[in-house]
Amino acid sequence: MDLSYGPQYDAFREEVRDFIENHRDQAPKGQGIRSEAVRNWQKLLIQHGYAARTIPAEYGGHGGEPDILKARIIGEEFAVAQVPGGLGSQGISMLVPTLLELGTEEQKRQFIPPTLAGEMVWCQGYSEPNAGSDLASLRTSAVLDGDEWVVNGSKIWTSTAHLADWIFCLVRTEPDAPKHQGISFLLFRMDTPGIEIRPLVDMTMAGNFNEVFFTDVRVPKEQIVGSRGEGWYVANAILGHERDTLGDPNAALTRLNRLVELMKTETVDGQRAIDNPAFRDRLIKIQARVTAMRFNDLRVLSSRLNDGSTDTGLARMITKLQATELRHDLEGLGIDVMGEFGLMYGKGPHLRDQGSWQNHYMYFLGLIIGGGTSQIQKNIISERGLGMPREPKAVIPAEH
Amino acid sequence: MEFGLSEEQGLLRESVDRFLDDNADLDRVRRFADDPDDRGDDIWAGLTELGVPAVLVPEAYGGIGLSALDAAVVAEALGAHATPAPFLSTAVLAVAALRLAGDEAQRGEYLPRIADGSLRIGAAVSELAGARQDAGVAARADGTLGGTALFVLDPDADAFLVADRARRFHLVRADAEGVESTFLPQVDRTRRIAEITFTDAPAEALHSSDPDVALQVIDLGRVVVAADTLGAAQEMLDQAVAYAKQREQFNRVIASFQAVKHLCAEMAAEIEPSRALVWYAAHALDEVPDEARLMACHAKAHLAEVGQFVGKTATIVHGGMGFTDLLGLHYWFKRMGFNRQILGGPERVRQEAARVQGLA
Repeated sequence: MDLSYGPQYDAFREEVRDFIENHRDQAPKGQGIRSEAVRNWQKLLIQHGYAARTIPAEYGGHGGEPDILKARIIGEEFAVAQVPGGLGSQGISMLVPTLLELGTEEQKRQFIPPTLAGEMVWCQGYSEPNAGSDLASLRTSAVLDGDEWVVNGSKIWTSTAHLADWIFCLVRTEPDAPKHQGISFLLFRMDTPGIEIRPLVDMTMAGNFNEVFFTDVRVPKEQIVGSRGEGWYVANAILGHERDTLGDPNAALTRLNRLVELMKTETVDGQRAIDNPAFRDRLIKIQARVTAMRFNDLRVLSSRLNDGSTDTGLARMITKLQATELRHDLEGLGIDVMGEFGLMYGKGPHLRDQGSWQNHYMYFLGLIIGGGTSQIQKNIISERGLGMPREPKAVIPAEH
Repeated sequence: MEFGLSEEQGLLRESVDRFLDDNADLDRVRRFADDPDDRGDDIWAGLTELGVPAVLVPEAYGGIGLSALDAAVVAEALGAHATPAPFLSTAVLAVAALRLAGDEAQRGEYLPRIADGSLRIGAAVSELAGARQDAGVAARADGTLGGTALFVLDPDADAFLVADRARRFHLVRADAEGVESTFLPQVDRTRRIAEITFTDAPAEALHSSDPDVALQVIDLGRVVVAADTLGAAQEMLDQAVAYAKQREQFNRVIASFQAVKHLCAEMAAEIEPSRALVWYAAHALDEVPDEARLMACHAKAHLAEVGQFVGKTATIVHGGMGFTDLLGLHYWFKRMGFNRQILGGPERVRQEAARVQGLA
């Protein structure tokens, strides 16, 4: 057990802190992803290597060497300073790594630089009304007609579709192939004729995602990543990436500290919540879980640093399940300690922390479901982690 | 940066596992449970050959002088095998008390004999983690002890480490006059506890009278108990998964039913982060003094909850067989139940965790 980062990393941490201190006035303050402020900040971060750190300079990145600890330090310091870090849009966190691995040289040059700069915004077209957990059963079709794919069907849960310039989209191109082998990964503009976007309001009533409908949408033939029928494998590389980023133990810790402050100020019958033994017991229980997840994360990180020399497969697999459930519980305790004040929502009096406790409580319920539900996570843990067999396929009765 | 066990710690775990697999299987545990005269001497002798009692004894006193994390690694193995052995009392609590509170002469006299397996010391320290009505031990000016100690660990030892009401430690020979021990039958038969009454019992006070030393000993004990539960919980999960893979119902192994798989996934999801928590808490005892007590509290309380959940869930996965004595799964269930209560139950320990942070 050696938890020191070493002197060169301590120096790097100082560097990051200095940068944040000297530039924090330039950081965006709640402006949207399409704002000048966000783009300028992103540019500055890439320049200093605090965003797009390891992406080659020829594609608009910083061109630094991969270094997990430096990446970790950057994440920690921006979180502690409560200053926004580099853009974490779906285009940057999911599409860019995929293109780097599987895109053609031309695709890399065309798409990666503007995406990193925040000038090209993407949405993700995966889930469909009838293809959620069973994503590979998706039905949106693309048929080759001359030099163009003709796309028909619909997607759902498409966050940022209303803001996006482009979509990376899974479509069925080989209807006669087994379901995992009949999918292709297409890229196309969101202003292509035949695309209709309908907003879908979520339970927080604050954010929203969309339903997207495609009617004879024509896409140039070469806007495909990987070959025909390989889309499932292209997409899976990114899904793994998404699960890795969903559990951020630093965010949970920041929120836990905020909860302690809240409990010191909220009173009922003149008693602070922190002095109520029942609430305090719940707080310490959650603190233990946050602590355990922090060290679980450190264990996984350390294994990656040391070339996976120790087997932390299970520790990694349980992260999405545990981190989302934990955050939901943590935010729920924030509501409970406020009692009726915990109900306040929207613009009005008596709002605590901008209504974030209710908002996050619901948002993390969404994350328990999105990105692979807790039930799907449990399938993965038991099948891949514990070696238990898959549920046998249902026998579909023959039609009369 | 390396978060995890060293190669040596991995080997330590393997060697203890191998010995216990070969020499302390469930049949051997059952014999211990059924025979009050069986002290498990063969098991302790074998563990002594591996250096188990010497883990925390400094090299200068004939020990190996390893860390709290090494002690946690051993405890995980003992928990995994539900091993009857005076590890917590003798090798952890007594050694820590002697190291922290004993003077040079006391350390020189007792530590080498603990390390070579010839001296077993039971632990009468439950007062430190919760004083009870009509119990408690007081030291008199002449050095004798009076009063009653409840829940004394390993009462068939040669001597006892006794914590008095002022949180000072004493050593008392088991065969000394005025020491009367009453065995307390309890649910976990892989451990033995007693109520001991001291009537003007001759005792040797350990040198230090700093009350915080006693709490440091408890911190270490709590982490070791948490590690024991970690090992036991992992073993129960492993048994549940293995059973589900061979038990067939509805023409399928039950491991293929999501209802069963999800129970196992939930256990794994609780155990994995617990492992990191226990390892860090053990590491903090030696290396991060500012966090040591809080982490010990978190490890103890959290593993109590995880142990309870896994004990119940793994038993359910086994169905009716889990409820029987045939498989003996209940030995681990009860061991984790024991671990939950000793040295402070989870609610009490969380109260302490709050106090450590100035929140209570």
